Amino acid sequence: MRFALPERWSVQRIVKILLGALLLFVVFKGVSATIADGKFTAAAWKSLITTGLALGSLYALIAMGYTLVYGILFIINFAHGEVFMSGAFTAFFVARTLNNSGFLNDQPIISIAILLLVSMLVSTTIAILLERIAYRPLRGAPRLVPLITAIGASLFLQNTFRGLYGAKVRAYPEIDILSGTVNIFSFVVGKDQLLVIAGAALLVVALYLFIERTKTGRAMRAVGEDKEISALMGIDVDKVIVTTFAIGGMLAGAAGVLWAINFKQVDFYMGFLPGIKAFTAAVLGGIGNVVGAALGGLILGLLEGVAPALLLTGYDVPSPNQLKDVISFSVLVFVLIFKPGGILGSDEPDKV
Amino acid sequence: MRKPRWFSFVALLFVLSLVAAACADDEPSSTDSGGDSPTAACDEDEFGCVEVAAGDAIQLGTLLVIVGENSALGLDSQYGVQIAVDMYGDIEGHSVELVNEDEGCTPEGGTTGARSLVSNESIAAVIGTSCSSAGEPAAQITSDAGVVLISPSNTAPSLTDPATHQPFYLRTAHNDKIQGAAMAQFVGEDLGLKTAATIHDGSPYAEQLQQVFADTFTSEGGEITGQEAILVGDTDMKPALTSVAAAKPEFLYFPVFVAEGGALAAQGRETAGLEDTKFGGADGMLTPDWVEAAGADNAEGTYLSGPDLAFGGGFYEDEFLPAYEEAYGDPTAVFHAHAFDATTMVLNAIKEAAIVDGDSLFIPRTALRDAMFATSDYAGITGTLTCDENGDCNPGATISVSQVVDGAFERIWP
Repeated sequence: MRFALPERWSVQRIVKILLGALLLFVVFKGVSATIADGKFTAAAWKSLITTGLALGSLYALIAMGYTLVYGILFIINFAHGEVFMSGAFTAFFVARTLNNSGFLNDQPIISIAILLLVSMLVSTTIAILLERIAYRPLRGAPRLVPLITAIGASLFLQNTFRGLYGAKVRAYPEIDILSGTVNIFSFVVGKDQLLVIAGAALLVVALYLFIERTKTGRAMRAVGEDKEISALMGIDVDKVIVTTFAIGGMLAGAAGVLWAINFKQVDFYMGFLPGIKAFTAAVLGGIGNVVGAALGGLILGLLEGVAPALLLTGYDVPSPNQLKDVISFSVLVFVLIFKPGGILGSDEPDKV
Repeated sequence: MRKPRWFSFVALLFVLSLVAAACADDEPSSTDSGGDSPTAACDEDEFGCVEVAAGDAIQLGTLLVIVGENSALGLDSQYGVQIAVDMYGDIEGHSVELVNEDEGCTPEGGTTGARSLVSNESIAAVIGTSCSSAGEPAAQITSDAGVVLISPSNTAPSLTDPATHQPFYLRTAHNDKIQGAAMAQFVGEDLGLKTAATIHDGSPYAEQLQQVFADTFTSEGGEITGQEAILVGDTDMKPALTSVAAAKPEFLYFPVFVAEGGALAAQGRETAGLEDTKFGGADGMLTPDWVEAAGADNAEGTYLSGPDLAFGGGFYEDEFLPAYEEAYGDPTAVFHAHAFDATTMVLNAIKEAAIVDGDSLFIPRTALRDAMFATSDYAGITGTLTCDENGDCNPGATISVSQVVDGAFERIWP
């Protein structure tokens, strides 16, 4: 080939650059048209941003469970959404009882602590059982096998909880100290949203420190590197894996209660969509990477909250929020085109 | 792993048997009518006859949402169907039996349920569906198979629009052209509100209903400040609510279903800009399950439109309701009477179209359809029913508006 392009100007690269330019143009045009349109006030934008942050924090918490398990076992635990649901749904009944007795609003802080505890306990138990029953017997099997059991376990849990608690959608009791808003840097934030954002941030930082600073955390990282060598070095691999599932379950349980407080509803199917979205967030941030999952969750939440209004109002799209999933999944696709390992992931090819 | 040699052979056999089964399903109507049907009417009928042998029951299908969060709507209708069947008695010595399927309030559920029902050759007609989203594919499937489908609660205008109407589809529910206009009139004239916004969930029911509302509201001098949408299954309603709240509308109309409607009411109460906004919905949320999904405090004061159940005439209150309450308790939704009327119309039409042959019964499918569409000035519970050529049987339907007061529905208009 006489006119062969230099290595760094491959066709793929040119297509990517053109695609990127087109994308930037579309986004820029949409955003500037929206701002010129002036339909939304500054207060409305700030409200959309806090909404997105709250949703993103919850995605981040759930995404931890996906990313931790993937980082160590290289399987995708598709039943994680149900682990999330099981805690929230069980805590609903505790919340209702506390509400009926008046305790919920007499001692709101203690009540929220009780709810979190119950939810985390149930979710952790379910996560540990899941590992013991659905995944450990298949530890040596090809990676597709646990993927299928995960889907089976997910359906099983959904229908078990539907049988236990019924198919009705339940309204979570209101907690009086969480209604109303506070002003932070001119952002009007709902108190429930504040709890969600602060709680999620706290838990994610705690998890990061746990993994980086503690002995168990180091053992987890070691097992993620190589299970056999870790075992030779005296690490109890089974115990580390159970711990991983337990931590994922705990965070999912906490996310469940925060979700219910923020969105005011629970039902047996509530884990499915958040599960898929959190998995998306984990992939977006780079699956296997804890910081990546947190970042991916926040980005996805902000995209869902702000992007439809910001991007599509300018194009006069009717009811833009209906297209929020289109936007967030398009972003996922584009991120994976430019950075196949996710935002913070490694780019080495890896089959799932 | 190497597959054994016989694997491909077994796989081939399996595929062939599937093909054979699929073909077999399509054939029986022609062999049946050619083989042992004694009547020429069955041979002439494009879709053949339903045969009810001596001693067998006439089978009717129901395709309603009887499982999941919207089950209150479908179960209420199913009870109405059951009461109608019980009260009607035998037809030419044959009892009537129901085959109940779920439609899940989704297009997928409607498709699966309708396929399953039409594959059963002995089902004469189907009462369903509950939700318009399930009704669209179901009407197509039953019409292709020549099975009458009559809905007690589909209200989306498109189902009986001449351009999209399926030939075997009818309904006793009101058309949302009536409901949307009534709600707009109530909001504009009786509440005296000037600005309104709407949120729908992309289902044919909600999308078309809010559009009728918006058009009527605008034509009567009101202003629509925004039309937003969410997705079925969403829990985070705040972005959509914040979008409509920017214009601070006086009225927010979200005629969706139980789960999403509950979340909209609960999250809408705390959205900045909607503090003084009045909320409204429609018959998809007119069930105690919605109040539970929203939380009684959040549901309080919401206006919901639905069929006017003050029917007048003694039968509904003196005979139907006591029978219903004795068997199933208090009604959980508002379409049981429409289901009763639909079922009775089907049974009347079967009686008219059926050909008696000794102890057995032959029901030509097209003749049954024609008998249904010929229903005229039939005095049902829900009014005087006359079916037009597009399948709307309740042109005189009246709408009432209820308000949630202390967690219960209170009729306030007209």
